[in-house]
Amino acid sequence: MIDNQSVYLAISIILFVIGAAGAICRRNAIVVFMCIEIMLAGVSIAFVTFSRANQSLDGIFMVLFVMAVAAAEAAVGLAIFVLMYRKHGSIDLDKFNLMKW
Amino acid sequence: MLEFVVPALNLKAILPQLILALTALTVLLVDVFAGKDGKTSLGGLSLIGVVAALVTLFLSRGDFESAYAGMLAVDGFGFFITLIICLVALLSILVAISYEKVCPEIRSGEFYSLLLFAAFGMSFMGSASNLIMIFVALETMSISIYVLAGFKRDNLKSIESALKYFLLGAFASGFLLFGFALIYGAAGTLDIVKLGSFFTAHPDLLHQPLVMGGVALMTVGFGFKIAMFPFHMWTPDVYEGAPSVVTGFMATGVKAAAFAALVRVFFVAFAALQTDWTTIMWIAALLTMTVGNLIAISQTNIKRMLAYSSIAHAGYLLIGFVVGSEIARSAILFYLLGYAFANIGAFAVISAMGSKGEEYNELSDFQGVGFKYPMLGLTMSIFLFSMAGIPPAAGFMGKFFIFSEAIKAGYVWLAIFGVINSVISLYYYLGVIVRMYFKDPEREISIAAPAGTLVAALSLAAFGVLQMGIFPSYVWDLARASAKMLM
Repeated sequence: MIDNQSVYLAISIILFVIGAAGAICRRNAIVVFMCIEIMLAGVSIAFVTFSRANQSLDGIFMVLFVMAVAAAEAAVGLAIFVLMYRKHGSIDLDKFNLMKW
Repeated sequence: MLEFVVPALNLKAILPQLILALTALTVLLVDVFAGKDGKTSLGGLSLIGVVAALVTLFLSRGDFESAYAGMLAVDGFGFFITLIICLVALLSILVAISYEKVCPEIRSGEFYSLLLFAAFGMSFMGSASNLIMIFVALETMSISIYVLAGFKRDNLKSIESALKYFLLGAFASGFLLFGFALIYGAAGTLDIVKLGSFFTAHPDLLHQPLVMGGVALMTVGFGFKIAMFPFHMWTPDVYEGAPSVVTGFMATGVKAAAFAALVRVFFVAFAALQTDWTTIMWIAALLTMTVGNLIAISQTNIKRMLAYSSIAHAGYLLIGFVVGSEIARSAILFYLLGYAFANIGAFAVISAMGSKGEEYNELSDFQGVGFKYPMLGLTMSIFLFSMAGIPPAAGFMGKFFIFSEAIKAGYVWLAIFGVINSVISLYYYLGVIVRMYFKDPEREISIAAPAGTLVAALSLAAFGVLQMGIFPSYVWDLARASAKMLM
């Protein structure tokens, strides 16, 4: 019988890897940003799992901060995407080659 | 029922940072009520705030050890990093006031308040004593800088640089956070000092996958921020596209803050693991400086060239990090300050090389500048000499302290590679000086005479560089005393 903690940890690692792989492979800026949010979801699950395992509240506080910061990041990121779309007509990452990548 | 104890509110311990934040808010407020003419005063207002923060920083020095229930370490190390950040912010604002002519967008409350908020985050990164604090400070800094990088709203390059920095920065902070989570899982605490004592007390737990994975992921996350090889790819694009004054600010401030957090986490929390990460950092230091210097040679755009040079400087700093003794940590602090003066100065000159809506950033544009604009030519030469490590400039003393300490600690090969790299870097730094003084201009460029604030920034930076190079003892003693007090 596998204990609960390993299951939750496995889920968090799987989410993190899915997010990281997506962020590297996908070319649409919004999809990349969504993948980064999936990574952060994985991180949050890991924090909550460990918080319960360690019987300490620090991890849960961290999750609250992660959510707040992710919201701030989304606001700034989406604004940058809109600006890019207006100027460039696309948010496809492959099309940005004004400078060498 | 748990008894609720109201924690002590040591506002005095964070007075410099508090002043930075309050000035940022005031600038935003004044921006709303000021008319079109009032906007010119915003730069001056932020300048006053930064100077006030600097003064209180010195006045309140040594009053506290830690504040806010161990969240902040108000120690010497944090003091020195805050000093660097305040000076960087001061110089950047001075440059920004004169850069308003080239790039009118930045004459707004948002620009100055974001710059101050970024400085606020940076200085907290240097004194954060808890992983939560490091994360929040890092994001305060990063999110402000994502916006600053894209501040030239009509310039596609600037937006592109903001977009790239944003995506890669968010990606990197994901790695950093997962590293934090794994370490938290292994040790059950996020407090850096407690982590240190936990790992010292439980050497048997050190090599379990959770800890090793956590340290590796955190190295990736911090590696992005300090532009360590192989996580340096974003640097040239972001530095080239961002407005010059912002590039100078982030090349120095972000690097200093991220290095401070890296040093604190690795030397306090993971001190017991030092033998494990030293090997990796040894290789990273060597590759970072070599790759940075070799690619810098082939650049034709000065901002891109300085971006690769900043990667190389991260490599030199990593040598100090590998050596890891207390003197090496003081050398890192000294080097960071000297690098900050020289780099901000160089970007101040670059930002002066432009007229409204147009910037002259190609290396060939610098041909003949030395005689046509003697002030720019002379100060640029001083800054480039410092970065190349030629006496009597700050860069020479910084490299001297780092390399000599490396030799003393037995890292002779690393020191030799460092010296070889400095020689390689001479080629492209001197190349700019040769262009400025010994070549005829290719195309006619017309730039405005340097404004008063720009002259002030250039003189202050040049004074700092030369002072630290000719009379290094004052700053060196300060750095020694600061590195001693790393909790």
